[in-house]
Amino acid sequence: MKNIKNLLLILITVVLFLPFLPLLIWSFAKGWYFPQLIPEQWTLQHWIQLLLPTTRVVEGLLQSLAIAFMTTLLSLLVGLPAGRAIGLMEFPGKAALKLFLLTPIIVSPLATLMGIQFVLIRLGLNGTIPGVILVHLMPTIPYMTLVLASVFANFDPSYEIQARSLGASPMQVFSQVTLPLIAPGLVVGALFAFLISWNEFLLTFFVGAGRVFTLPMVLFTLLQGGNNGLIAAVAITSVIPGLLFLLVSSKALQNEVTLGGLGNV
Amino acid sequence: MSAVLPTQRTEIQKSARRSQWRTYGLAYGMLLPAVVIIGLLFGGGMVLAFLQSIGAIGILGAGNISLSAYQAALSNPEFIRSLGLSLYIAIVATGASTILSIALAMALRKAGRWASVACQITLPIPHLVGIAGILLLLSPSGLISRLFYAIGLIQSDQDFPLLVNDSANVGVLLHFLWKEIPFMTLILLAVLRGINPAYEMQARALGASPWQCFWNVTLPMMKSGILSSSLIVFGYIFSSFEVPFLLGSTRPRTLPVLVYRAFTDSDLTRRPEAIALGIILSILSILIIVAYSWVISRDRQSESGV
Repeated sequence: MKNIKNLLLILITVVLFLPFLPLLIWSFAKGWYFPQLIPEQWTLQHWIQLLLPTTRVVEGLLQSLAIAFMTTLLSLLVGLPAGRAIGLMEFPGKAALKLFLLTPIIVSPLATLMGIQFVLIRLGLNGTIPGVILVHLMPTIPYMTLVLASVFANFDPSYEIQARSLGASPMQVFSQVTLPLIAPGLVVGALFAFLISWNEFLLTFFVGAGRVFTLPMVLFTLLQGGNNGLIAAVAITSVIPGLLFLLVSSKALQNEVTLGGLGNV
Repeated sequence: MSAVLPTQRTEIQKSARRSQWRTYGLAYGMLLPAVVIIGLLFGGGMVLAFLQSIGAIGILGAGNISLSAYQAALSNPEFIRSLGLSLYIAIVATGASTILSIALAMALRKAGRWASVACQITLPIPHLVGIAGILLLLSPSGLISRLFYAIGLIQSDQDFPLLVNDSANVGVLLHFLWKEIPFMTLILLAVLRGINPAYEMQARALGASPWQCFWNVTLPMMKSGILSSSLIVFGYIFSSFEVPFLLGSTRPRTLPVLVYRAFTDSDLTRRPEAIALGIILSILSILIIVAYSWVISRDRQSESGV
């Protein structure tokens, strides 16, 4: 029984890894023509190309990182009180407000985007990084709120009351009692916010108006061409930051309370 | 024991009510930033899009208010086929992901931490990277096709079945399964681990078969987790643009691709039609949420009614 489970796990891992195999080969391949199973010649040229300003990969990488970090920080600031209110407090209209906060991740942003663009143009934010960060908050705030609401639903506020009664200042209570207790939720919420912003193409495409150039824009443009080697190298590059973040937060993801929130819409 | 005077009693009730309202006020205050941002961006964006679609405001000048954009959108011969394709992809991909994720979560339930780690692999992968991988794996000159050639299953790349940009959208479906099954399994594993095993042990002790125990005890306890995660996945797939644009059939196109095409059309007079199509797409998604919350609330009522 145990062996079957391990076999199943290995099988899943192999299937999930399968799309990366051609990416890895292509990124080092020189003229890999059908029906060659393995390229005859290997090269580093695609990886060197990434560094050239003409491919705009470095530019895209830096803009993506800046946008993802700012989006994550802002959605943490907004999602923390919202998650606490939904997870810990009872008030009229709670279910409706929760569902309302969720609409951006279920309803297509396409129609909304055209209205938002109308306003951003007038505010002078269309085609700017702050404008892009603003629209990235639409899908990230719901995830952040959901995860933190679930963490706060399992949070015992009497620890805070006790710390207060023992003379701790509100700031001390937050940093020494609340923060350590909700840390796994913060990490998972931040991971989702970062990944969503990092992944986002359509919102950036419309609001960025061609002037904000993120990594997904580089990849989307390349995918409509045919340079498989460069596509593969950019694709692998796009995976690295998220993978690093996942490694750091892997332990927090094991905490059933943090992910359980997504199963409790 | 001194009696409480009626005036004192109303004072106590009043102060209790005051403190309750203070709690409400605090809760609303804490939700305010999130609600304002979502309300202004999403709600406001929707209202402005609607006003643009009926011609109340617009790039081509305000003035004639009419529903002609909706008429144009709905009479677009591609509309019905696109809607059908979008629904087909979303229903098949969500349905298959849900069933496979439930099975996988049950199988991996006691498999320890490694099960969750395996399911986390595709979590940080951007959809565009998945698309690139699937293209280079499944296209006629892709890795699988080369493998088939090497072992003699096919004589040329012409013999390999079309799996990307094909009319059945196999590539699109495979991409979504590859990306969403681990995501759902991860959520369902968390749900399963949060369930008290005593109920299942009791059912088994009372003579239920493993299947009966799963169907009558475990599955009902997972129900809300299954519904929530499948709602998120369905909403995502139904409104996804990049995947069907790059991996899907070219005709018909999914609704989001149709909206994108109409919006980026060089003919600016098609803008209102594009926005009308976008509004229709949003209304369909909102209807899905309404149906979902109706199912959930009916469920909770029947639970509390028992």
